[in-house]
Amino acid sequence: MNVQTIVGLEIHVQLATRTKLFCGCKLGFGDPPNSNVCPVCLGLPGTLPVMNRTAYEYAVRTALALHCQIARFTKWDRKGYYYPDLPKNYQISQYDLPLSFDGHLEIPLEDGSAKTIRILRAHLEEDAGKNLHEGLDHSRVDLNRTGTPLLEIVTQPDLSDPAECRILAEQLQRLVQYLGVSEANMQEGHMRFEPNINLHITDDDGAEYRTPICEVKNLNSFRALERSVAYEQWRQKQQWQRDHAYTQENHGKQNRGWNDDRGETVFQRAKEEAHDYRYFPEPDLVPIEMDDAWLAEIQASVCELPLARQRRFIEHYGLSAYDAGVLTAARSTAEFFDEAVAARGPAKRVANLITQQGLKIANERGCAVGQIGISAARIGQLAQLIEDGTINASAAAAVFDTMLTDQRDPETIAREHRLIQQSDAAALAVVLAEVLAAHPQAVADVKAGGKKTKKARGFLLGQVMQKTGGQANPQIVNTLLDESLQ
Amino acid sequence: MEECTALQLRDGIARGQYKSFEVTERIFERIERREATIGAFISTFKEEALEKAARVDSNIAAGRKVGSLAGVPIAIKDNLATRFGTTTCGSKILANFAAPYDAHVVEKLEAADAVIVGKCNLDEFAMGSSCENSGLQKTVNPWDASRVPGGSSGGSAAALAAGMCYGALGSDTGGSIRLPASFCGVVGLKPTYGRVSRYGLVAYGSSLDQIGPFGRTCADAALLLQAIAGHDERDSTSIGETEAPVPDYLADLDRPIEDLNIGVAREFFEAEGLDPAVERAVREALNIYEGMGARLVPLSLPHMQYAISAYYLIATAEASSNLARYDGVHYGHRTGRPRDYLDVYYASRAEGFGAEVKRRIMLGTYALSAGYYDAYYLKALKVRNLIRQDFQAAFERVDALCCPTSPEPPFKIGQKVDDPLTMYLSDIYTISANLAGIPAISIPCGLADGRLPIGLQIMTPAFTEDRILRIARMFEAATDYHARRPELKL
Ligand SMILES: [Zn+2]
Repeated sequence: MNVQTIVGLEIHVQLATRTKLFCGCKLGFGDPPNSNVCPVCLGLPGTLPVMNRTAYEYAVRTALALHCQIARFTKWDRKGYYYPDLPKNYQISQYDLPLSFDGHLEIPLEDGSAKTIRILRAHLEEDAGKNLHEGLDHSRVDLNRTGTPLLEIVTQPDLSDPAECRILAEQLQRLVQYLGVSEANMQEGHMRFEPNINLHITDDDGAEYRTPICEVKNLNSFRALERSVAYEQWRQKQQWQRDHAYTQENHGKQNRGWNDDRGETVFQRAKEEAHDYRYFPEPDLVPIEMDDAWLAEIQASVCELPLARQRRFIEHYGLSAYDAGVLTAARSTAEFFDEAVAARGPAKRVANLITQQGLKIANERGCAVGQIGISAARIGQLAQLIEDGTINASAAAAVFDTMLTDQRDPETIAREHRLIQQSDAAALAVVLAEVLAAHPQAVADVKAGGKKTKKARGFLLGQVMQKTGGQANPQIVNTLLDESLQ
Repeated sequence: MEECTALQLRDGIARGQYKSFEVTERIFERIERREATIGAFISTFKEEALEKAARVDSNIAAGRKVGSLAGVPIAIKDNLATRFGTTTCGSKILANFAAPYDAHVVEKLEAADAVIVGKCNLDEFAMGSSCENSGLQKTVNPWDASRVPGGSSGGSAAALAAGMCYGALGSDTGGSIRLPASFCGVVGLKPTYGRVSRYGLVAYGSSLDQIGPFGRTCADAALLLQAIAGHDERDSTSIGETEAPVPDYLADLDRPIEDLNIGVAREFFEAEGLDPAVERAVREALNIYEGMGARLVPLSLPHMQYAISAYYLIATAEASSNLARYDGVHYGHRTGRPRDYLDVYYASRAEGFGAEVKRRIMLGTYALSAGYYDAYYLKALKVRNLIRQDFQAAFERVDALCCPTSPEPPFKIGQKVDDPLTMYLSDIYTISANLAGIPAISIPCGLADGRLPIGLQIMTPAFTEDRILRIARMFEAATDYHARRPELKL
């Protein structure tokens, strides 16, 4: 028996515009209910929507990064359904002419390979409000979120397991954060996922079955996404094993909800109960025509994308895949790295300083690495000091800590703290001669060879370090030691 | 001053010949006398109006600059949002609705220092041709109280015809300004779609709705249009000033158009139910134009016969969506004891909407439903395009098209209420202009039986309101139908 999992993903990304999609209300999170509202987003009679151009540009920017075709002519449509959190009882969306289509996103798989997921379309729409079910006999409606711009991205059914779904979602989060079009803050619900899952089963007799496509609604974490797909894999197979007539053909598509506590999906709605949304062109908004100049302007705003950047860091700077991944997780980190390298910092040293110290502090403080108090240029200088042997790695760590509050250049700081390495061979030779003279037994042990050599060498080196207050350049001392004991 | 036009009144007030306060007081005296019979107003604002009038008077006395309608009493249709009073749309569902904002045109009227005396009755949500569909009150025709004033802006037209204001605003989706103008013997202009901002006009059929003026004369219509026309960034469908600048509508109004070519479509006089008196009056009007040197050009608008069908699909489809928001959840009428949340919707809407509104919501919902969309809504859009092309082709040959506004003079109250299809035919001449988005005006051109007004409709290409007004003015200058008044023994 062969079982293939087929998943397509719908992702809603909240765009980080200052104001809503069709009115001037600000976007806010956690504000008192119904405080960011106006006659337009309340859907009061006689009001009209006006498109937020920035939202449209953000959407196109994202679509370009997803290698989508950009429609030169699009329009808005009304999607009708009644729900208390939808004050007009229709949502302004895009139906048959989405602003973009036919794209793809490459995702890195856990085995180190990459997979291309095709993007069916990406379009803009307005969010609904929130129903607050607080009593048995009534609910309240908060319309602060109403009219928030959402970019809906729909993939082709190219995903084949739960991990791929999660990775795609994570990549998309990184992408939109990179592009500056969304904060993609999961806690604030900036990203919501709806996987469409079914199984293609070929039994041992060669008969083929397709289980009913199940759409899991409204998932708001990577974990829930991954778990719900895994659960559906299991559930659909179970159900099919019990009853081979459990097929898409017989049952049609269904909607399911996700119960995070129980870790299972719950049946919500069958095909027959599906809404007829009665889409039709929104007469209150004019179609959008995108000319070359406008498109070029948006194209210019697309930065280097995370995966490309990651690849550049590996290929151009020789960083490990792991380090490159860490450095490109956030656009600000990657840009900080690039800036430090541009300030003549050796790439690998810079990478170490950022990944081992900078990001640790940034994470503790919950800020970007650029905000910990050390400029990228200073990091570059510090990396250079390590590279040319002026200071050693442990001294560099100390200098780094001082630099957090001390704006002077790292060399000055190292000098002041007596952390500059002693690399003057003649001077070190004098110290070494003293050490050798003082410890004849150790010298004998080294010369004798065998078991004790390594230990004795280490002892002699340690004595030199001690005498120089830890500032001797160990490489030079080692060379001198080799020369004297030959 | 009773017989003044808005323009004459405005100039008289500006010169100090009249005081707006006194004029407004007289208006309210008349409203108090006549309104019980006419029923034109859903709400009036005597105190606020007198206050405003006094303010205008003192500004004028002090030599301060005042607006283009300074001190002129104006009435507006009650589907235009106002911060003051209620905005009912003639519906029980919004009977107590107080808008927290002013419509663009209301702001414009205020800015022009007009005195808004009241808000006028209409067919519920502007859906109707007789004003009988109002969910709140009845309005009668000032020329004959047993007849309808036309709809849907019946209150605005009746208020003006009965001398209860000097100008009025209405809205026109399929003839809702022109038909009542025709029935009440006044001038009514539906501007080009996009000429006047719809912000604050409670939507019926968004792609067809347009606000426009009623006046006793073409000059008054021009004066009011001037005050409300122009771009508004809150309405994306309102045209930009660079694409279509607003001309000075009064500047050349009295200058006749030379070498005028008037198109007369064969279909105009083939329409079902064309009353002989109307046909006579319109043919007479065409003769008058010919007498002034115009050339009558016979032509055809082959798709006009489909206009009503297309209109009742497009307008109702949009309406079914536009009116979805009246659900009892957020504002407006909410049913008393809903069984559950769905019942809030069902019962609130069942109680709040009248029969015609329900009929159109159902029609529109059906037209947009899966499986029917292509056959109905999409096909209607194609017909709309063909009608547009018919007009384009016609306007390559002629400057304007002339036809009746309504196939018959004002009809009896109750005569058509039980027969919606017959009622829909009242709009047979007016609907095409909305589908094509072009301007159209109705001017008085005769009296059936010597006492029932007949309207002449003129249509011109988009954004040529200046031309339409001049053509209308030529007829007005040559006749005295505009000066006739109903005999009101009130
Ligand atoms: Zn708002």
